[in-house]
Amino acid sequence: MSGQFIIDHKPVPFEPGQTIMDAAMAAGIYIPHLCHNPEFHPHASCKLCTVKINGRPASACTTQAAEGAVVESETDELMDDRRILLKMLFVEGNHVCPACEKSGRCQLQAVAYYCNMLAPEFTHFYPQRDVDASHPDMVIDFNRCILCNLCVRASRDVDGKDVFAISGRGIGSHLIISSPSGRLGDSAFDAEDKAAQVCPVGAIMLKHQGYDVPIGQRLYDQEPVSVVGDVAKYVVKKHDQ
Amino acid sequence: MAEITITDRIDGLLGQWGNQPQNLLQILIRVQQSLHHIPATAIDYLARKLGCPQVQVEGLVGFYSFLHVEPRGSYDILFSDNITDRMLGGQGVAAALAERLGVALGTTRSDGRVSVGYTFCTGMGDQGPAALVNGYTMTRLTPDRIGQMVELIEGAVPVTDWPQEWFVVEDNIQRRDILLQTALPDGAAIDRVLEIGVDALLQEMDASGLRGRGGAGFGTALKWRPCREATGADRVVVCNADEGEPGTFKDRLLLQRYADRVVEGMTLCAAVIGASKGFIYLRGEYLYLLKGLEAELQRRRESGLLGRSIRGREGFDFDIEIHLGAGAYICGEESALIESLEGKRGHPRVRPPFPVTSGYMGLPTVVNNVETFMAAAMIGVQGAEWFRSRGTEESSGTKLLTISGDCARPGIYEYPYGVTVEQVLTDCGAQDVQAVQVAGAAGSCVPPSEFGRQIAFEDLATGGSFMIFNQGRDLLEMVENFAAFFVHESCGFCTPCRVGTSLMHKRLTKVVVGHATRADMERMCDIGALMRKASHCGLGQTAANCILGTMDSFPALYAERLRSTSFEPAFDLDASLQEAREITGRDDPGAHLKGGGV
Ligand SMILES: Cc1cc2nc3c(=O)[nH]c(=O)nc-3n(C[C@H](O)[C@H](O)[C@H](O)COP(=O)(O)O)c2cc1C
Ligand code: SF4
Ligand code: SF4
Repeated sequence: MSGQFIIDHKPVPFEPGQTIMDAAMAAGIYIPHLCHNPEFHPHASCKLCTVKINGRPASACTTQAAEGAVVESETDELMDDRRILLKMLFVEGNHVCPACEKSGRCQLQAVAYYCNMLAPEFTHFYPQRDVDASHPDMVIDFNRCILCNLCVRASRDVDGKDVFAISGRGIGSHLIISSPSGRLGDSAFDAEDKAAQVCPVGAIMLKHQGYDVPIGQRLYDQEPVSVVGDVAKYVVKKHDQ
Repeated sequence: MAEITITDRIDGLLGQWGNQPQNLLQILIRVQQSLHHIPATAIDYLARKLGCPQVQVEGLVGFYSFLHVEPRGSYDILFSDNITDRMLGGQGVAAALAERLGVALGTTRSDGRVSVGYTFCTGMGDQGPAALVNGYTMTRLTPDRIGQMVELIEGAVPVTDWPQEWFVVEDNIQRRDILLQTALPDGAAIDRVLEIGVDALLQEMDASGLRGRGGAGFGTALKWRPCREATGADRVVVCNADEGEPGTFKDRLLLQRYADRVVEGMTLCAAVIGASKGFIYLRGEYLYLLKGLEAELQRRRESGLLGRSIRGREGFDFDIEIHLGAGAYICGEESALIESLEGKRGHPRVRPPFPVTSGYMGLPTVVNNVETFMAAAMIGVQGAEWFRSRGTEESSGTKLLTISGDCARPGIYEYPYGVTVEQVLTDCGAQDVQAVQVAGAAGSCVPPSEFGRQIAFEDLATGGSFMIFNQGRDLLEMVENFAAFFVHESCGFCTPCRVGTSLMHKRLTKVVVGHATRADMERMCDIGALMRKASHCGLGQTAANCILGTMDSFPALYAERLRSTSFEPAFDLDASLQEAREITGRDDPGAHLKGGGV
């Protein structure tokens, strides 16, 4: 039995079992998100998809759609909240957009544009993080990791390899790699892995193919994230080159 | 040779813990205890033996404060650094001990003999300053004990041979009401449910109005009934003995002196919901209680109160295992606790499903606080009327309050719900009170104008914590202590709490040192409001309470320290020259920039 609920005054149909996010995506309504990718079990950690459902805040990616629910998403209040969340993610890591090869294809940047976040504003943490270029085909720059957990899920649930995991706690949380040395080059990671294609930011990237498309002509330079959707849908695989 | 010892030791532990991956955390805790760290070989070996990814074991070690990949000293000393320990001089004792031992606070001495550092509240607010020595609690530390401690450490005397009186944890009951006054014979509650039946017992529980004592105040029967009705091959009873809220120490008493009643309550719950498996999740800081609890469980097995065919009733099988925590406050949150019981990082789950339908290993699970189980057992025997003879309409019965801070008689007080803050302050001999922090770091800071308020779910709800601050105290020290606590205890799962706790602490520090402006106050309000709204669990949702609450109730605390400009750069030019000053050995006025270089 399908039903209907409302997002920002627009009716949205849903099938039983769908979350607010699922139903919104199917209806072409964009709810900002970073840790969500419809191919994986929702994680609900970035909190950008926080909406108000009948007046109560909840994550759209894990809340089941319900008949007649009134969902607010793009209100001033919720967009303010999203700007704060985005600023948090920017200052937590080291994101130097103008110098980043992912610029224009980075979902963090794209969502920040969409939400009209102009400057990080909060005090930067400037954490000391590494770049690991030990793998022949891939490079991982921990400075840009936003702990979305997508590579962890992809490697575990699709690749069956468990190459990645999150360690540490709180603000010290960080991505770790399963290999005797802790380096990517000594792990079972392969450029053809699903985990190589899901990173929303410039943390896990293909080597040997820099700046192929000029910045300014890239995915999110053409159209906003609300129209083109997640970057993972467009990731270039090694064999496509 | 060393390698063989490690793997042999782990093989022993694996056997003891049934080679179950969900017992991984329990095994790691024992490895840490015996080797003072978790060596890479141990991580590797455990991953192989249990068939789990190496990063999973690493991620687990990285999550829990009491597990370390770098060796800690043979004597690993952690001073309790709750604000109440500080008020009793804990930091002075810690610093003096570290100095005498020649080790910097927060580090391990180069010979590996000793580590000295801090941890947050160890649940000894009434008999601090306290510390953990190799996990065991020492109370009432005084500067004059330092000399002796240094001798024992330098002389390599095992902690088991240290003076026993140093490790005494007093009950410290200051006021008794129906719960602590009334006797409960062994097995009486179990007999009652076997006699009157589950439905009648649940009705009694309903009528009593018993609500959870762990903080959230959810109706206990409202939890037990759906769990009984949920589908599942088995059911699980979990006693939440994580008691992590700063300033709370009543479960400590119940587990030390009334363990029989707590276990009776768990067994009653098992009979009601139809569980065969039970857990006590005991916070790592209460390691000293483990032996006594094990003995109590054994005694009850031998008396037919636990194990197979309890009280001779065919098919009534229920047993309890104790799992230790390892220094993570978030593991008091029930779904994070269940993750931890399963040997995982303590990240709160997405709900629904709630534990009553899908908890430990996916089985319907009841999680209740220690005090809730004890009250349930008493209600089972004494009945709803007896319970309702105390308290208010919405908050029936009594509550154990744990009183610490500035008063003549800190300790544990049992009060009927509805008691006013004023009354409590009079009874414990508090004078010149500036504020009372009710319900711990996540609670409310109550000013004198509100001392007429009641301790009750409908007014001031608390798991028990009641910390008193007199007029001589700088309340911002308390606020800073709690803000730092949340930075340390955020599990890191979600953005608002992981980053927000640090942003809040940084801004607050700016206030403390007198560098903050109005703009910083506004930012704290925005960030705090977002944390309340968007955080994944109760920790992040309440972590800003203390800052936002004191800004509201004690505005002068902040106003006095603000700079008059509306903007203050985050970057302190003068402070950034500190390293250069250290290198050049200069500290003269010429090596400083005026006004922080602003
Ligand atoms: C961050 C956090 C920490 C908590 N810590 C504890 C705790 O130490 N002990 C406890 O009983 N409940 C704690 N709780 C509440 C539990 O989630 C849960 O509600 C409680 O154990 C249920 O038992 P009750 O209904 O008997 O109170 C905590 C909750 C949160 C959000
Ligand atoms: S590396 Fe990328 S995909 Fe993996 S957790 Fe970090 S941001 Fe997410
Ligand atoms: S609110 Fe804090 S403790 Fe709770 S899930 Fe988020 S990061 Fe973890």
